[in-house]
Amino acid sequence: MTGRNFTRRRLGQTTLAGAALLGAPLPLREAFAQGAPANLKVGLLLPTSGLQAQIGQACKRGADVANDVFADMKLPVKLDIVNYDTETKPDVARTQAEKAIDAGCHILVGAFDSGQTIAIAQVCEQRGVPLVVNIAAAPQITEQGYKFVVRNFPTAPMLITGALALHKEIFKVSGKTPKTAVLMSVNDTFGTAMINGIKALFPKLDMPYELVDTISYDVAAKDLSVEVAKAKATKAELLLPVSRLNDAKLLVQEMVKQRWEPMGVLNPGAPGLYEQDFLKTMGKYGEFMISNVPWLDPKSTMTAALEKRHAAKYPNDQLDLNGGFTFEGILIAAQAWLAAKSTKPGDLMEALRKIKIDQHVMVGGPIQFDAKGQNVNIKATAVENLKRKPTVVLPLESAAAPLVFPMPPWNDKRRT
Amino acid sequence: MTADFLLSLAQAITKGLLTGMVYGLMALGLSVIFGVMRVVNFAHGEIMVVGMYLAWMGFEYLQLSPMLSLPLIALLFFGAGYALQRAVISPFIGRPEHQQFLLLLAIAILLVNACLVIAGPDARGVQMESQFDSYELGPFVFDAVRLHAALTAVVIAGLLWLFFTRTRTGKSIRAAADNNLGALVVGLDVRRLYAFTFGVGAACVGAAGALMITIIPVTPFLAAEYTLLAFVIVIVGGLGSMTGALAGGLLIGVSEAVAGLLLQPSLKSMVSFGILILVLLLRPQGLFGKSGP
Repeated sequence: MTGRNFTRRRLGQTTLAGAALLGAPLPLREAFAQGAPANLKVGLLLPTSGLQAQIGQACKRGADVANDVFADMKLPVKLDIVNYDTETKPDVARTQAEKAIDAGCHILVGAFDSGQTIAIAQVCEQRGVPLVVNIAAAPQITEQGYKFVVRNFPTAPMLITGALALHKEIFKVSGKTPKTAVLMSVNDTFGTAMINGIKALFPKLDMPYELVDTISYDVAAKDLSVEVAKAKATKAELLLPVSRLNDAKLLVQEMVKQRWEPMGVLNPGAPGLYEQDFLKTMGKYGEFMISNVPWLDPKSTMTAALEKRHAAKYPNDQLDLNGGFTFEGILIAAQAWLAAKSTKPGDLMEALRKIKIDQHVMVGGPIQFDAKGQNVNIKATAVENLKRKPTVVLPLESAAAPLVFPMPPWNDKRRT
Repeated sequence: MTADFLLSLAQAITKGLLTGMVYGLMALGLSVIFGVMRVVNFAHGEIMVVGMYLAWMGFEYLQLSPMLSLPLIALLFFGAGYALQRAVISPFIGRPEHQQFLLLLAIAILLVNACLVIAGPDARGVQMESQFDSYELGPFVFDAVRLHAALTAVVIAGLLWLFFTRTRTGKSIRAAADNNLGALVVGLDVRRLYAFTFGVGAACVGAAGALMITIIPVTPFLAAEYTLLAFVIVIVGGLGSMTGALAGGLLIGVSEAVAGLLLQPSLKSMVSFGILILVLLLRPQGLFGKSGP
């Protein structure tokens, strides 16, 4: 016995406290429950098999180290991240999104590809579960009035405007300006959006070169010899490829075989040329290709933490924008949860709309979404493949190495 | 027409001919099997994809060039084809066509799923230095890998022709194909000849797979596409005709390449199917096929 009697007064106090807790409004009860919160369950949907498998896996690696980076950054969250494979197919992406929601995921992140992302966005809209788009550029994702979708990636017009502005910068810095260019593009949702965007924006941006031809091809193309022959026949001085990974490899392979040596290969905001697998398999032929894409901010403390964790867990894999943006997708989910203090979809969505994240990993201003759910603060960089590594060469204030343009010929000694 | 355009056209035709030779070799197996056994091999593309995977594994794990693993794969496929025909397909010869169709479709599904289980769904390709090589002849540039593959396909097709015209077994197979009853009457072991034919057809496809992996990466889902392509080629050339299979391969290869140049490259398959429809309308037996009774 403690010696302290259980008095009528003490009984009254205990009863009152219990009644207050039970009778409290729901948000207050959840606030009490935050003492031991149930983890936020994040459904991560990525194409980890199929044509886009390598890029999907690169994205996934960024998410895999997210909890460790949060701990390093003293962010008081630990997320339960559940992976779903979209198999690079929009119909599978839709099914997997439904499966993730049925399994109790509070928020979804994904899915690298525009076609797959649109399929997921439709499910999220129907089921009222927030979707944070990590990578997908088709404008319609944030133009269709979806209430449960936010995108932390530039739209195709944003990518194009940023990329074409950097082209002018490249010509200015190098002192060499090509007069003609040919555009080659995959004909999937992303590629079509990019082609339409380039054609629409090109006349408005007063570019110094003329676009002499646009050549589209199937995303699952197994041979690009005809396409490259056609592009070579235009005698364009510049190639603008809107590619994915596998077709980027086929493209360069054919360029070497057909001995086509344009002044440069400038990717106007597409994946492919900076991917690790591209650099590995193309070897010296992958050097000096330039991608105008958003990239990891070397000056951010969080980038350093992410690079450290990524290098420790995946010593043989490169951290690129795929991993960076997917990490940011998870970061956004975590910050939304912290702000909402709830796992309810409506509360999370409300928090996402108001979010402002100053500390993140990609180049650009704070992460915040406009009324359409689009982050408009992301900036483009020029990343050139130098010594088998994508290296920021422009803007000059962020450059890690000097720009090399025009691209040296295929058998040049600078290619080693 | 400018000289540049004519050069591009000639270049496209050359590329189409080189690819068409490999297509022809692939379709040859299908044509040989149908010509002799009257069985339509709906697992044709799947067998080729298995050949591609074996060549890829040889390269990946044994550092064996696909050109070197080709004879081994052809030999292995001959044995496997022979055994498959004796054990599984033989009882179905003479049965209604829908039963043969279902049997071969089941085999195709089994092969695709086996590839999925073993190698996964990702694209697998061989990375050789020669894949960046090309030969220059005047204004022409020849893709080295395609040229090697095409020449090998021509050599294999030549060997096959020699086999069917110069060897006793080859002549017996042709006799059995021309007159099954007559072949039985003169004492030929038709069942063994059928198995031998299926083995030869499978060896052709396996060899085509080993050549194809040097040109394109392989996924299990490629199979259906190549089954369809082989059917287009043999129907255009004439089902059962060896010459037709080779000519069909060249025609489809060239038409795809030229269509890619003249139209949008993404529309090139449309031209192959356009040719197929034209042939079915104007010459249903195919360009080199015999008319029915």
